[in-house]
Amino acid sequence: MTWSAASLLPLPALVPLLAAGLTLALHRYARVQRVISVVALSVVVVTAAVLVVAADSGPVVAVIGDWAVPVGINLVADRLAALMLLVSGVVLLCVLLYSMAQGVADGSDDVDMVGEGVPGEPRAADGGSGDPDEADRRDLLPVAIYHPTFLVLAAGVGGAFLAGDLFNLYVGFEVLLAASYVLLTLGGTGDRIRVGSVYVVVALLSSIVFLTAVGLVYAATGTVNLAQVAERLPDVDPAVRLGIQLLLLLGFGIKAAIFPLSAWLPDSYPTAPAPVTAVFAGLLTKVGVYAIIRTQTLLFPASGAGSVRVDQVLMVLALLTMLVGILGAVAQDDIKRLLSFTLVSHIGFMIFGVSIAGTAGTAAAIFYVVHHITVQTTLFLVVGLVERRGGTTSLDRLGGLARVAPGLAVLFFIPAMNLAGIPPLSGFLGKVGLLEAGVRSGTPLAWTLVVGSVVTSLLTLYALVKAWNKAFWQTAPEDLEPTVREETRLPRGMVAPTAALVAFGLALTVFAGPVYGYAQRAASTLVGTRGYIEAVFPGGGERGVGESADLGSEAKTAEVGG
Amino acid sequence: MIVLDNVPSAALVVAVGVLFAVGVYLLLERSLTRVLLGFVLVGNGANLALLIAGGRAGAAPIVGNADPAVRLSDPLAQAMVLTSIVITLALTAFVLAMAYRSWQLNGHDEVQDDDEDRRIARRAARNEAAYADVDAAETGETLDEEAAEIHDDIEESLTAAGEAPGGSADGPPDGPADDAPGSRGGERP
Repeated sequence: MTWSAASLLPLPALVPLLAAGLTLALHRYARVQRVISVVALSVVVVTAAVLVVAADSGPVVAVIGDWAVPVGINLVADRLAALMLLVSGVVLLCVLLYSMAQGVADGSDDVDMVGEGVPGEPRAADGGSGDPDEADRRDLLPVAIYHPTFLVLAAGVGGAFLAGDLFNLYVGFEVLLAASYVLLTLGGTGDRIRVGSVYVVVALLSSIVFLTAVGLVYAATGTVNLAQVAERLPDVDPAVRLGIQLLLLLGFGIKAAIFPLSAWLPDSYPTAPAPVTAVFAGLLTKVGVYAIIRTQTLLFPASGAGSVRVDQVLMVLALLTMLVGILGAVAQDDIKRLLSFTLVSHIGFMIFGVSIAGTAGTAAAIFYVVHHITVQTTLFLVVGLVERRGGTTSLDRLGGLARVAPGLAVLFFIPAMNLAGIPPLSGFLGKVGLLEAGVRSGTPLAWTLVVGSVVTSLLTLYALVKAWNKAFWQTAPEDLEPTVREETRLPRGMVAPTAALVAFGLALTVFAGPVYGYAQRAASTLVGTRGYIEAVFPGGGERGVGESADLGSEAKTAEVGG
Repeated sequence: MIVLDNVPSAALVVAVGVLFAVGVYLLLERSLTRVLLGFVLVGNGANLALLIAGGRAGAAPIVGNADPAVRLSDPLAQAMVLTSIVITLALTAFVLAMAYRSWQLNGHDEVQDDDEDRRIARRAARNEAAYADVDAAETGETLDEEAAEIHDDIEESLTAAGEAPGGSADGPPDGPADDAPGSRGGERP
């Protein structure tokens, strides 16, 4: 077999997993750990870039272990998966660099205290609570497991994006969720255990719902391969199909934080360390959105009567997600919590695009996902910098940062305006795409959504401008608490990745034409569904045989011989 | 022709239903240990559901060179359920560790209220008029008394005045002693 892009397909899941094992084994050598993680994630980014180009001329399919498709496991990178993979790879790499710089500056990379005993145990024994002050807490962080866990998260994200069947999608989800549980409760302090317990239980529940749905799909169609399920589902009883669709939506909806299922998010995210929050905000919910886009377009294309009703339910949920989320954001006085609520709110935009369906809506949703991953991650990273400079993230206590750190003010201002959708930026382009799709759809519900999304954008602008004014512009209500590192400058290693992500967000604006075109082509593949199925089962006639090529030829020669 | 029997046995289907019902009941509890037990039950229910999606139990999953007319169980469902059992076990271990850590830190393993809930309860505690009527009529105590009793964290943050709500939630060094069930509702230092 000659070289093809397909042989690259396992890498985004395989390389981080291998690197995770290596970094775990080499936990005593912090420097080696860092080199391995950066190299592994760089490989992922390069692979994803190649896949983006390769997938533009049709989905790339790899069959693992040469078992023919319906029986064996296949990985598929169509335009959507490849694009998501590239963006998440860039984001993961930047966050990794940022967190490494943060660790260096805080002295937590000291090899001596890495991986020794149970962190915090002695304090609990001598009657102290789990309330170490900031410096102590940093000492207690078991940083040795940070790199392996982060890489496992990357592997899970890659696996979920490339999975060609529902069960491997489930496995990818579980891998990244298990890593996220560890990252969220890193260090095991009281706060993190408190929010971690809620987050973990909710995530476990959603996984079980998803697993049950996988079981039902298998019972109904006899396969979990996405392409084959897509072929067989139209023959399934509509009521059963609707049940499966709703169960899948419920599972993914919890992961993606769609409104009634989003209550867990704003409390869980702000407690984690800044880089962890940034990754969660950028990627975790988006993997849920990706799964919704994938299953809605491929398995439940808008043709049956049932799917139309579900689309309308999705529209209402999108509207509620946008409005309830942004109203929550307006009421917050802590930047991290404010951003968590805007995250929930803007998930509504993507669901809006999905629910409009059709090429225009899906394309807008894809572009918006790409834009939002970048912007939301950037904002959380910038808030990490704000916390370091100002000593707090509470808007009531911050102030006057623009004078002491003008660069930081710019770094916050650009992605904030991007999120709110100020004209030249990519957020604006994504929103215009959504509005256009909504207007073209023309139903009363779609018009309501159009109005709702404009209101949400304005409220986002209000919330972010308020935050910017309070933190950067007005004088501080009291003297800014002199932070531990008041006189030190922000570490260059933290600023540079943040600036790189801001630049990446701006690049999305500059190259919005090509990117949007790519998203449109991705959407047309998705809406057509034939392209995906044909790619997985080449030469339609022999589809579903389940025999590898060599076995098939053996059988034929045996037949001829006999 | 290989025969696949796709109708699952009723006993297994009923077992899935019971596992889900009992598990969900336990998941609604406040104690993490019970939540863990609930997760174990629901997880096993889901795994069992995945298994019986493959058809009736009792036949061999791989027939090999035997008579092709013999009945066959679907091996794919069994392969998938093996994976998901491993995942369930790993996550059980994680939740167990988390429950232990929670008990270590707080003296109990209750799932605690999130910041927003606590903030709202704290506001309710200050603004008696808005909430006093209904609850007072039913239980003979105002909502703020009730809130202070139920959520032990709130008392702490009220006494530790001026502390940021989102900051470190634990109080003074003797905080955990207050958390112990025995001294709950006792006099403040």
